[in-house]
Amino acid sequence: MPLIEVKNLKTYFYTEDGVVRAVDGVDFTIEQEKTLGVVGESGCGKSVTALSVMGLIQIPPGKIEKGEILYHRDGKVTDLTKLNPKGKQYRSIRGNEIAMIFQEPMTSLNPVYTIGNQIMEAIILHQHLRKKAARKKAIEMLYAVGIPVPEQRIDEYPHQLSGGMRQRAMIAMALSCNPSLLIADEPTTALDVTIQAQVLELMNVLRKDFNASIQFITHDLGVIAGMADDVVIMYLGRIVEASEVHTIYHDPKHPYTQGLMNSIPSLATAKVRLVPIEGVVPDPFEVPPGCGFEPRCPQALEICKTKIPPLKELSPGHFTACWLYE
Amino acid sequence: MSSDNFLLEVKELRKYFPVRKGVLRRVVAQVKAVDNVDLAIKEGETLGLVGESGSGKTTTGRTILRLIEPTSGQIMFRSKALAGPGKDYVQVDIASAPRKKLKALRRDMQIIFQDPYSSLNPRMTVGAIVGEPLLVHRIARGKERESRVRELLASVGLKPDHMKRYPHEFSGGQRQRIGVARALALDPQLIVADEPVSALDVSIQAQVLNMLEDLQQEFGLTYLFIAHDLSVVKHISDRVAVMYLGRIVELCATEELFNHPKHPYTEALMSAVPIPDPDYEVERILLEGDVPSPVNPPSGCYFHPRCQYAKEICEKEAPVQRDLGGEHFSVCHLADQLSLRPVRLQ
Repeated sequence: MPLIEVKNLKTYFYTEDGVVRAVDGVDFTIEQEKTLGVVGESGCGKSVTALSVMGLIQIPPGKIEKGEILYHRDGKVTDLTKLNPKGKQYRSIRGNEIAMIFQEPMTSLNPVYTIGNQIMEAIILHQHLRKKAARKKAIEMLYAVGIPVPEQRIDEYPHQLSGGMRQRAMIAMALSCNPSLLIADEPTTALDVTIQAQVLELMNVLRKDFNASIQFITHDLGVIAGMADDVVIMYLGRIVEASEVHTIYHDPKHPYTQGLMNSIPSLATAKVRLVPIEGVVPDPFEVPPGCGFEPRCPQALEICKTKIPPLKELSPGHFTACWLYE
Repeated sequence: MSSDNFLLEVKELRKYFPVRKGVLRRVVAQVKAVDNVDLAIKEGETLGLVGESGSGKTTTGRTILRLIEPTSGQIMFRSKALAGPGKDYVQVDIASAPRKKLKALRRDMQIIFQDPYSSLNPRMTVGAIVGEPLLVHRIARGKERESRVRELLASVGLKPDHMKRYPHEFSGGQRQRIGVARALALDPQLIVADEPVSALDVSIQAQVLNMLEDLQQEFGLTYLFIAHDLSVVKHISDRVAVMYLGRIVELCATEELFNHPKHPYTEALMSAVPIPDPDYEVERILLEGDVPSPVNPPSGCYFHPRCQYAKEICEKEAPVQRDLGGEHFSVCHLADQLSLRPVRLQ
C-alpha cells in the first residue's frame, strides 16, 4: 500500500543568475510502514524533494513547476501540490500527519524556548489538548525517545542538551502527533558514531511502535544499508537508480551507483585502492543537456551527451536511468 | 621503544585549558583536553588518530605542531631543517623549542585543515596562498617561486592557470587540494591531516584519499591522520591510536586493532560503524549516555561508567598503558582477560 506517490516532480528555483532545476522529474513511492532511503551527494536535490513534500519550498524563488505528490490516507487521495502551502488543509497535515526532523538539531530548535514548550506547541495546535494534558504528553514522548528524567529535562533549553539528546528531542517533537510519515533529512550526520547508533536504533524501534513510514535522506551508504527497505539514488535532480535495498547494494546497475559503492572504504572489507568518481558535480546553472552523469561516466556513450535516459525497469522493482541498458 | 626509527615521539603530553569564572576571572577548573598522551610515529608511516568529538584529537595534533602551547610533556622530533652541516637530522624537543627555532621547525611539519572553506584566505589568489610559505621562509622569489607553485599545483592535480584564481571559484575537493599544495610547499617531513576529508562528498573523498596516499609515496611523507570516521582511518593508516576523553586508550597496527581489539571502547566504537551492506549483521554495543565532560571526568578509568565490562578496580584506579605484545598498547585493567569482538570481515 503506497502512502506517498511522487510523480514527475519538478521543483525549480528562479534566481538572479538563472534557473536551478533542483528537482527535475522525480518519481518514487513510499510504502506504508516502510523506510525509503534517498541517497545522493550535496546538490542532488534530495533535501528539496523532501521540502516539496512538506510544502516548505519558499515561493519565490522556488516553485513546484510540475508533477504530483499523492498522499493516501483513509482510502482518500490528496494531491499535495494542489494545496496552498499556507492554507488550512496543508497546515493540518504538516507537522501532524507528515513530520520532519533536520540535520542540525541546534539550528532547528528555537534557542529561546524550552524543549517542552516547543513540543507542546505542536500538540496543542494539532491535537487540541489543554496545556496540562499537552505537558503530560510531551513528557511521555521524551520518555519514549529515551531522554532520562523527562520531567526535569522538559524545562531545559536546547543549549543545555547534548547533540544526541537534542536530536532525540526533535524526534519526540516530530512523533508527538503520531504522523504517518516521518521525513528525516540527514538526522545523524552531525552526531558521533556511537550516538548515531543510538539514534538509528531508536528510529527503527519507534517506526514499528508508531506504524509510521520514514523517508530517510542521507549521503551515507552505510547508514542506509541498515535502515532502508527501498532505496533511490539521486544525481543532479533526477533519480538514477531505485530498487529494494539488497538489489541496489549487491547488483548496482547505474555507473553512478557503482561509482559510489567503489569509492567508499568499508570497515568490513580488506583494504583495496579506492576507485573514485572522476571530476565534480556540474554547476547547477550549466547542467549537461543529456544524462547529468555523462561528463563523469567511465562508460558514457554518444547518445548520453544529447538525450536524457528514461527510468527503465530492468527487473521487477529495479529501475535505472541509463542508456547502457536500452 | 627504540627511538632511532621514530620521526616523532610524544611523551606525557598534556594540554589543560583553564575555565575562568566571575569578575576576577579566577580559574575554577581545568579542561583536560590532552591528558598524558604517549605516541610515536615512524618515518614514512601513517598514524591514524581516531576518536569522537571532544576526545582531544585535534588539540593533540595542534599541540604537536605547537600551534597550541602544551601544558607539559615532550615532543621529540627528528628535524632536517635544523640539522647542522654534515648531519642528516637533529633531535629537537618541539615542546621546549624557542621561537626562532620553531619557525625553522615549521618547514619540517605542516598541517591540512578540515574545512577547506575557512582555511584559505578568500582575498588571496591560489598562487599567493600556495607560494606564501616560500616567501615567509625565504626559499624562493619571483620566477623561481612561480615555477615552484606550478609544480606544487601539478602534484595535487590542479592546473597551472588555476594560480590566478580565487578560492571561491573552486569546489570543496579542489580547495582541499590547494590546502595540500600549501602544506607541501616547504617539502615537510610530517603532515598533520586534521579531518581532511570529512567535509567532502563521498565521491570526492576517495579522490583526496588516493591523492594523499600517492603523495606519501612520492615525497616520503609521514602522516598523523586525525579523523572520526573509522572506515577512513582503517583505510589509510598503518597504525591507529584510539582516543577517549583526552587519553589514548589503545594503539597498535591497523590490522591488529580491527582483528584483536583490546579495549572495550574500541570494541563499542567499531560495532557502531554502519557497514554499507544490508546483509551484514552486527550485534551493536549501544553505549549508554554521552561522552562525559572533560572538566569533570569520571574517577579511575574514564570509560568505566559506559563500559559493560567494568569492575570495581576500574572505578578506583586509573589504568596505565601496557604493551600486550607486539607493540599493542592498551589502557585497560582487564585488557588481557577480555575477549572482545573484532570486526567481522565479509
